Formats: sequence, C-alpha cells, structure tokens
Amino acid sequence: MGKIEWAMWANEQALASGLILLAGGIVGVAGQFRGWEFAAYAVAAGVFVCLLEYPRSKRAKGTSVERSGQYCFTVCVKAFGPLTRNYYVRAFLHAAICVPGGFMLATVLGCVCLGIASLIYLAAAIRGEHWEPILPRKDVRKPVAESIKNPPQNPPPRPPPETRRKQAKDLEGAAYDNPSSVTDD
Amino acid sequence: MFHIYMESSHMFVYNLALSWARAPAACLNFNCMLILLPVCRNLLSFLRGSIQFCSRTAARQLDRNLTFHKLVAYMIAFHTAVHIIAHLFNFEFFMDAQLNRNSSFLPFVLSEIGTDDNASFLNPIRSNETNPTIVMFTTIAGVTGVVITLALILIITSSMEVIRRSYFEVFWYTHHLFIIFFIGLVFHGYGRIVRGQTAGSQQTNKPHLCADRFEDWGKNESDCAVPEFAGNPPGTWKWVLGPMILYVCERLVRIYRSHQKVVITKVVMHPSKTLELQMRKKGFHMEVGQYVFIQCPSVSRHEWHPFTLTSAPEEDYFSAHIRIVGDWTQALYEACGGDKTETQEAWKLPKYETGRMGDGPFGTASEDVFRYEVVMLVGAGIGVTPFASILKSVWYKRIQNNQEVFTKKIYFYWLCPETEAFEWFADLLQSLERQMAEKDVANFLSYNIYLTRWKETEAAHFRVHHEAENDPITGLKQKTLYGKPNWDNEFTNIASKHPGTKVGVFLCGPPQLGKSLEKQCLSHTEGDVKFIFNKENF
Repeated sequence: MGKIEWAMWANEQALASGLILLAGGIVGVAGQFRGWEFAAYAVAAGVFVCLLEYPRSKRAKGTSVERSGQYCFTVCVKAFGPLTRNYYVRAFLHAAICVPGGFMLATVLGCVCLGIASLIYLAAAIRGEHWEPILPRKDVRKPVAESIKNPPQNPPPRPPPETRRKQAKDLEGAAYDNPSSVTDD
Repeated sequence: MFHIYMESSHMFVYNLALSWARAPAACLNFNCMLILLPVCRNLLSFLRGSIQFCSRTAARQLDRNLTFHKLVAYMIAFHTAVHIIAHLFNFEFFMDAQLNRNSSFLPFVLSEIGTDDNASFLNPIRSNETNPTIVMFTTIAGVTGVVITLALILIITSSMEVIRRSYFEVFWYTHHLFIIFFIGLVFHGYGRIVRGQTAGSQQTNKPHLCADRFEDWGKNESDCAVPEFAGNPPGTWKWVLGPMILYVCERLVRIYRSHQKVVITKVVMHPSKTLELQMRKKGFHMEVGQYVFIQCPSVSRHEWHPFTLTSAPEEDYFSAHIRIVGDWTQALYEACGGDKTETQEAWKLPKYETGRMGDGPFGTASEDVFRYEVVMLVGAGIGVTPFASILKSVWYKRIQNNQEVFTKKIYFYWLCPETEAFEWFADLLQSLERQMAEKDVANFLSYNIYLTRWKETEAAHFRVHHEAENDPITGLKQKTLYGKPNWDNEFTNIASKHPGTKVGVFLCGPPQLGKSLEKQCLSHTEGDVKFIFNKENF
C-alpha cells in the first residue's frame, strides 16, 4: 500500500474517538443515565485523549501539516519524552483507556473507536514509527563574511589639499599613486 | 412526523426521544439516497453532455459533484449523531419502564403488554434483567446500527484531507466500507423494533380518551381494551435501492470500458522527471481538457490514477504527461524503462499490448473554452496540463485547418515556482509561437509566464540577460515575468480591450488562487463586460 505512515490515520481515528467518547460521556451524565459514573469517566478520558492526540506528529517523509494552535500541545506532549514518543505505549494506553467505556451504552461507541485506533497505532509501532514534535524551524542566518566584522580602523587615504583642489578642474592631473597600501595585508 | 407519533400512546406519555430519533432517520434516508449519485462519474459525464444543449450554467453545476458528495456526507454524520443520542435517551426510558415495576406507572403498564404472546408488545426491552448494552447487541437494529456507525467513522477519518492527499490508497480502500454501510442500513429496520399501535387496536383503545385511565384497561366497565402494538415495516430500502442500482451500473460500465485494449505507441522521457505516454484506443474520442484514469497492471492491479489529457482531439493518439512524484509513478517510470539509458524497442516494454487499460475520458470545465469569444486561461504549476490540450487544439483548428473558431483571443497565464519540470510545455509554446509568426496571427494568443520563486544565483543571470531577444529561461520571445501577476491590472486591461463581451476565465490550480480570481471576476464584471469563472480540480 505504499509508504503510508499508519500513525497519521491512527491519530485522526484516535482524535475522533476522543471526541465521541466525550460526547457519549456528556450525554450519559446530563441525562443521568444508569451507570453515569462510567459516563463521567468517559468525559475525563475523552478530554485526555483529545489533548494527547491533538498535536500531529512530524512526518518521516514529506511536509507535515500542523493543526491550528497545536504548538502549546506539542510542547506539553513532548515533555513526557519516551512515553509519548513511542507508539507501543500509546497503543496499550488507548486499549486500557477504552475498556471502562464498554460498560455503558452511551460510551460503547467511543470505546470501540478508540480500540480500533489502538490497533492502528500498534501497526504503526510494529513498523517502527514514532512521534516527532513539529517545532518552528530556527532560520540559520548565513555566516556573515569575514571582512564585514572588521570595519576599517583608519579613514581612507586622501590626497593632500593641493591635489584635491586640482581634482575639480583637471581629472587627468588629479590621479596619483597612493603612498600607503590600500589592501588588507 | 411528530403528529403521527403523538397519536400513538407511547408518545403520549413517554418522551419525545423517539421522535428525535425518527426525524434524523428520515433525513438519513434522504441523504443516503443522494450520496451515491455525485460519484457516478459516467452518469454525470453523460448528463453533462445532454444538459449542455439546454443550459450551460446547469451543466457547470455538475463540476461540483465532489463538493456536494462531501456536504451530504457531513449531513449524514450530523444526523447519525442526533439519531444515536436520541436513541440513547430512548433506551434509558425503555429500561426505566421495565425497572420501575409499579402498576400506577403507565410506562410499566405498557411494558407489561404482550409478555405472554410476545407479539403485541410495545417496549422492545422485554425484561428487567438486562441492560441497554446487552439489548443493543441482541437486536438486529442494535447490531446493524453499531456496525454501520463504525463503518461511517472509519470512512470519515480516512477521508480527512491529510490522509486523502498523502495516502490515497488508504482512503480509497477504506471508503469501500460504504458497501457494509448500505447493507447494514437496509437491514437496520428489519427487526421491526419501532412499534406503534395497530389500526385495529386504535378503535378499541383510543389514546386521547384512554391514556389516563390505564388502570382500567381490559376491565369490563371501561371501554378501553388493552392496546396492541406491532412493529413498523422497514422503509429505508425504498430510498436507497434506486441509487444503489445506479452505482452498481456505474461500476460495471467502468469495468467494461477499462477492458478495452489500449496500446502504447510512444513513450517520451522529458527532463525533470516527466513521462509522456502516447496511446491509442479503439473508438476513443476526447474533448479538450478531459482527463482519464490509467492503470498499469504490472505496477499495481488495483490502482487507477487520474491524468489530464495533453493531446488535442485532432491528433491521432491521446497522451498524458505524468510527473514522477510518488510510488506508483516511480514504478511506472521504471516499467517504461525510464531508468535505463539506451533506447527500448517498443515490443520489449512490459505488458503494454495486453495489459494497459484506460478508463475515461471524463469531462471537466475545460470543454467550455471554445464557447467564449475571449478566454483567460490561468494555470499554476502542474495545473498547466489541461491547457496543453486546449492550446494544441486551438493550433490545429485555427492555424492548420484554418477553421473559423468562435474564440478570437486567448490570454494565457502560467505561474510556476521553478523553471524545471515543465520544459515540455515551454517547447509547446515555442512551436506555437513560431507557427503563429509564420501565419502572421501572432495576436491570437497572448501568454504571460510568471516565475514565482527563484534562486539568488539565477537572479543574477536574469539581470545580465535582460536585454537579450529571447527569454533566458524559456527561449521564448515573450519574456518571463517575475513574481505574481497583478490580477487587478490584468483584468482591467482585458475589460478595456474587449468591451461588450463575455470573457471566460479558466483556472487549474490551487484553491486560494481560485478564490482570488473569483473575486476579481465579480468585481470586474460591470457595464457590458462579464467575467465568468470556471474552476477545475481533481
């Protein structure tokens, strides 16, 4: 199927699952359904999954498209180091999170969707993918040429005043050989 | 819809959750009927051809088929969400009715009906020893509902733009879950889980009279018998059967067309990783600017990729210029012997005589070009390909055959970020320029090439050769311009040179450019000059 990075699809699926889990949880709590404790859990779990999955990973090949405003989330997720970088951890985390959702009708859909996302992450992990933060590139300024760093210490050599006056009238006569060297030896 | 349900007794006392579920279900029936239609490409091509004789504006709406398909998909997703949430509340109430075993609670009384004969019951939850999740997985409606919702969610997540543009195969194969979606949808109502009072029962137990006197139902003195309920027959199939049949026909047509033999007559390697394939197919007929799907079995049995035709209808072959940018194109390049340096004999090229298939051509907006007296063609980067076909056709008609063409003037704008990759197009422009000069019709085509990105080293070269007769990049007499065009100026110029005409503006390029051109068209359409914007994209 070509060089697909499964993690990209897993990310979309997991984000969608987080939202579905959240929605199911809100309905369960608002409607005061039986088992609303599971719904309350689903609200918290849904928010957590959304926050974890919002920042997109940098692609191994090709241009990465950021989600709007994802920079702060990237920084937070990056802070957890290997826990968030490794997709095996994510796969098992999602599998674990989704289980309590299966106990109540309102959250069952979120549970199954998150389970599927977990499987796709497992596939991504087996293929050796990992999460890379998308950070703004620091522009490397071209190294400034050497000569610019050393401004001249002395004013440019000028001909004596008589010759300067001559310059205005007679250009040929004004030319003269500079006594001191003008190159940077 | 609500009125009918207010009459049946369970709506009288329960809640509106069932109405909230039935209303989006009706919308879903409608939307699922519509969603298959915009992707029947052959049907649309045919319709486009027929409608064009009545109204070109109507025909142009068919170019937006993908936008419509997406819009209907969003509606399906929204209505599914409302439908599910409503049913969640519904199931809670049905469960409450079973758990609250109190004879002065009407919902409980209603739930007890039909427990003996298991036929005339109302509450689909039949006992108090179950829970909604179990009920969902043991009813046809529940299981089909879960399966089709999952299919829908997977289809949606794999259709996100990021996935679609980078990994087309994932998008394409996952999208075929729609087959499961439609099968599940048709069977969703088969369990007849939604129940209403039977007509016969409504005579013996009139809801508006008997609803409050539920404790007396069936007793001798009251004139309210115990009500009977039956399930409503499934209705979705009536909506979706037609489009499903149309879509099956569409796929059959595609398979049939794809089996017709296509023969490669010539393969040309252009600089900067561009492959030109010249092909012939029996009975093939094309119009300018159309596109075809090409499959190469030796590369991949299931992948079909769209490419704009770059040849003109007047030529005896059809060609496509393919840029090598991904796996499939790279494999195609190698299969054509692109990585070998010596020339290949035609019969040595793999599998072409028997295997290569083409599907198409499909029409898009470019066919309308010759209907306008004055035309502005704007191509950005790879978007220049359909215009190759148009310009070649123009040349054949006007210059070689000396036909009378309705189009009197073409303004061509080509925006590209780099000089490489389109040498083949520059060659085409060069030969057009030469031939027009020979026939003395140099004013027919006015083209402007804009280089939107350049390197510092190149810039110095351009400065030095600014005064040369031919452009240093393209070799054309018309100089390359740098940066982006000032559209305001261009439109104003054209409007002043051609008063009283309809100017067709055709774009093949990025959406942002489309939006700005569209705005320009609207703002410069005044007095008697009309700018009409046509957009093409895949």
